[in-house]
Amino acid sequence: MIALNGITKRFGAHTVFENIDLTLEQGEIIVVIGPSGTGKSTLLRCINYLETPDAGRLTVGNLSLDAKHATRREILALRRRTAFVFQNYALFSNKTALDNICEGMIVVDGLSKAEAHARGREILERIGLADKANAYPASLSGGQQQRVGIGRAMAAKAEVILFDEPTSALDPEWVDEVLALMKHLALERQTMIVVSHEMQFAREVADRVVFMDEGRIIEQGPPDELFTNPQDERTQRFLRKVLANNPI
Amino acid sequence: MHVLDLDYMLGLLPILLGYLPLTLEMAGAGMVAALVLACLLAVVRVQRMPGLNALAMLFISFFRGTPLLVQLFLFYYGLPQILTFLVAINGITATILGLTLHFSAYMAESIRAAIVGVDRSQTEAALSIGMTQGQLMRRIVLPQATRVATPTLMNYFIDMIKATSLAFTLGVTELMGATQKEAAGSFLYFEAFLLAAIIYWVVVEILSWLQRRLEKRLNRAYQR
Ligand SMILES: Nc1ncnc2c1ncn2[C@@H]1O[C@H](COP(=O)(O)OP(=O)(O)OP(=O)(O)O)[C@@H](O)[C@H]1O
Ligand SMILES: [Mg+2]
Repeated sequence: MIALNGITKRFGAHTVFENIDLTLEQGEIIVVIGPSGTGKSTLLRCINYLETPDAGRLTVGNLSLDAKHATRREILALRRRTAFVFQNYALFSNKTALDNICEGMIVVDGLSKAEAHARGREILERIGLADKANAYPASLSGGQQQRVGIGRAMAAKAEVILFDEPTSALDPEWVDEVLALMKHLALERQTMIVVSHEMQFAREVADRVVFMDEGRIIEQGPPDELFTNPQDERTQRFLRKVLANNPI
Repeated sequence: MHVLDLDYMLGLLPILLGYLPLTLEMAGAGMVAALVLACLLAVVRVQRMPGLNALAMLFISFFRGTPLLVQLFLFYYGLPQILTFLVAINGITATILGLTLHFSAYMAESIRAAIVGVDRSQTEAALSIGMTQGQLMRRIVLPQATRVATPTLMNYFIDMIKATSLAFTLGVTELMGATQKEAAGSFLYFEAFLLAAIIYWVVVEILSWLQRRLEKRLNRAYQR
């Protein structure tokens, strides 16, 4: 189980969000939507401790910590239980596709190089890049890079994978292959929180869609309900705008 | 005008080459020590370590802001007057010390820029999978910073080899000092210094060739 209780984040005087609560069951897939600047990325980053929350509790599996006063060990433990997929892929440019995937297994999990490579090749197989094991990021297309980014997150065997707009930096031609891989993970019931503007994906894959606006969770529910019968006026307005551009 | 005395030059060549090892040793020792010091300074600067950062900035400012020759004289002739235990400092040691401090100041800034230049999102990616700061530095940041800094550092090494010729002003008989002595004996200044110039030039060309090969190797990962 993943739980955020009363998570608050400020940048100086600017409060991004206050007292956010969110709970996921294992195997649940959540898609977070909302206008720009609402705090979606910041929320994901807090769960991975890339941002330090100003208050609240984070619980991932059997680890529960006071988010503001987490110790170094707790932070590392939290990060091992969570994995992040970045909008701009953020692959290690000095490492091959295989080594990008294996890095965490070797350095963080302490696997031998042989074990890590065996698992890494399995993952490359699953993300459809078995033939790119020795390619460096600079030689891969955006879609391939993002699939390696997802592979790196899969290798972490995290309890939850956090996706921050994984397709929005991609040329349109590469979007589908990345979404297909994410759907694949969803079918395997990998717990995930996805920030995305891909409404079609949300509709097909999400167990629950969360609508955020101005640092608050305004409304959440199964995609059928939220998309067809949004309760809050802000949700209605947002969906009208987004669906007008990208009808489902 | 006299014709170039090639026989003299050929005879002089082995004599001068005999002094090349000392030149290379001073440069080599200076380079290794300067690299270590420069890395320390760079880390202090990157981490903005309180107190130490200001000292590092002062150090870098001084050693970049004054001529190497002045620094060498300061160490060799000046310091022993104040720090009397340094009376025994010889010209070679003083040269290595001077080269180290002088070049470390320049190199620290190159290394710092290279570290700071590593894509921040890769740092976050490394942290996100649970790497420690140390692992992040060793496995992601420094390898990439090395690639960026290497050409500049190699250029400093080449500069340092040429700068060892200043040791001659501290009474060290290295390549330059030996040439001066030989030339004073034969009066064939042009031949002697031309030969010395050619020796420096060839050494630098060999290093430049190595530098190009090294850069190619380091850039392999970044080719499309
Ligand atoms: N490092 C930071 N320093 C200061 N303010 C920040 C920082 N990161 C984010 N913010 C602010 O926090 C707010 C939320 O930003 P965030 O990136 O989380 O929004 P978002 O919902 O992900 O938006 P988008 O859809 O554009 O990605 C914004 O007002 C942003 O300017
Ligand atoms: Mg965002």
